Amino acid sequence: MAANKEHVLQFIQIFDKKIEENHQYLTDLDQAIGDGDHGINMDRGMKAVMEKLPAQQDKGIDAILKAVGMTLVSTVGGASGPLYGTAFMRAGMAVKGKDELSAEDISAMLQAAIDGIIARGKATVGEKTMLDAIIPAKEVYDAAIAEGKSIAEALAAAEDKAWERVEYTKTIIATKGRASYLGERSIGHQDPGATSMTYLIQSMKEVAQA
Amino acid sequence: MKKFINDVSTVETEMLDGMCLAYPQYVKRLPGLDVIVRAEKKEGKVAVISGGGSGHEPAHAGFVGKGMLDAAVPGAVYTSPTPDQILEAIQAADAGKGVLMVVKNYTGDVMNFEMAAEMADGIEVAEVITNDDVAVEDSLYTTGRRGVAGTIFVHKIAGAKAEAGADLAAVKDVAQKVIDNVRTMGVALKPSTIPAAGKPGFELGEDEMELGIGIHGEPGTSTEKLQPADAIVDHLLDKILNDNVDYAGSEVAVMVNGSGATPVMELYILNKRVNDVLTEKGIKVARTYIGNYMTSIDMAGASITLLKLDDEMKELLDAPADTIGLTQV
Repeated sequence: MAANKEHVLQFIQIFDKKIEENHQYLTDLDQAIGDGDHGINMDRGMKAVMEKLPAQQDKGIDAILKAVGMTLVSTVGGASGPLYGTAFMRAGMAVKGKDELSAEDISAMLQAAIDGIIARGKATVGEKTMLDAIIPAKEVYDAAIAEGKSIAEALAAAEDKAWERVEYTKTIIATKGRASYLGERSIGHQDPGATSMTYLIQSMKEVAQA
Repeated sequence: MKKFINDVSTVETEMLDGMCLAYPQYVKRLPGLDVIVRAEKKEGKVAVISGGGSGHEPAHAGFVGKGMLDAAVPGAVYTSPTPDQILEAIQAADAGKGVLMVVKNYTGDVMNFEMAAEMADGIEVAEVITNDDVAVEDSLYTTGRRGVAGTIFVHKIAGAKAEAGADLAAVKDVAQKVIDNVRTMGVALKPSTIPAAGKPGFELGEDEMELGIGIHGEPGTSTEKLQPADAIVDHLLDKILNDNVDYAGSEVAVMVNGSGATPVMELYILNKRVNDVLTEKGIKVARTYIGNYMTSIDMAGASITLLKLDDEMKELLDAPADTIGLTQV
């Protein structure tokens, strides 16, 4: 089964709900190793997205994702705004003009988002950032699709992998972002960006399973 | 949390309104935007702008005015401003000679300012990134060092250079010279509380201090037993003097900066020891700045900044400035 615009809109709504429900948790994680506002900032950004979404509903998938990205860039601030904003904008550009998204299109969107985050954040995997969740998750998704699994099954496997990698962020030293100032003291703490990124993958899965 | 606030979501905007009402001779707010510009724009010069999260007052809006900044962009508390907001500041400040952005090395600030510069079609934009904090090890493979209180010296010196009519390349060069010669180390006695978070950023016992703090309420590099003021100064200066700026036999500008909740009385006590140690080491203190320049909301703490001076920087430090947060006659 392919995904359509309704699925994309549902995904954005579910992601907003997850950020809202978990904003205190994300902020608590950020207080341990950052400046303690990740949940607050993401929640402010997704609230702005939800306000702008009704005016975007008649547009194409690419335009909707671009609008989400632009809104996040202009309302979240900090590092998360440019990173999540760039991810959404690049994902939209990867499916330009498409009304239906195949399993391969979803893979291309994830890859475009990853490339955007890397370009903007100058980070790579293993630096205790959101990339530690999304890169391995995307690899697992691709492998599952290659094995003939459905989009829903592949996203479920991707989410499992992302949570596993969120656990892994506890074991490594941060070398990018504000947590890097803590050096070895960042060990033992879970990365808030990897956690919010996993909610994003979880949101995709829930749409696919519905 | 005990604060003079009405609503956590309007802290930033109410602060800016209050500031502009207090100082209409210095600053004004671009209508409907979180951008502070000079009350009277000076034409025909390079514009110097800066910004960052709110909570560092008087930085940065308090340094908008003659001889320092042309515009400042305050984000949400401890959160970088957004690219569209920074772009408005670039466009408002540009007086046809280009814009220098003074950005503190925090991941979010760097990304948002760079995105804004990419969007500023038709305006020549240059950037310097301050990274004076010696608490963090510098490395090509990490985010690198934070820009902290030493940034104020960049505002002052680059601002004076721009005010004197230098071109964008020259203003950028002198800003970079300050960055290359300024080092800072900070300590906290009590963490700060972001209004929207409602609780302190980290835990600190009654007999503890946090060494190597930044300016965003994040934990420092280590938690130690509280010591007398002189011993704390010795530790901070030791880190600064053993870093990669050779201060031996030089003239320096000293800044003993308060984090927001530390009385100026205590900053003077710190400064006494700073002066004694530097004198003993043959380092001449040419200028001293004591006070709250780059704060962290209600954090109790302080940072010590040393800027190694040359004749050009000394002259520009002494050039006139008239702003809310710093006046030089």
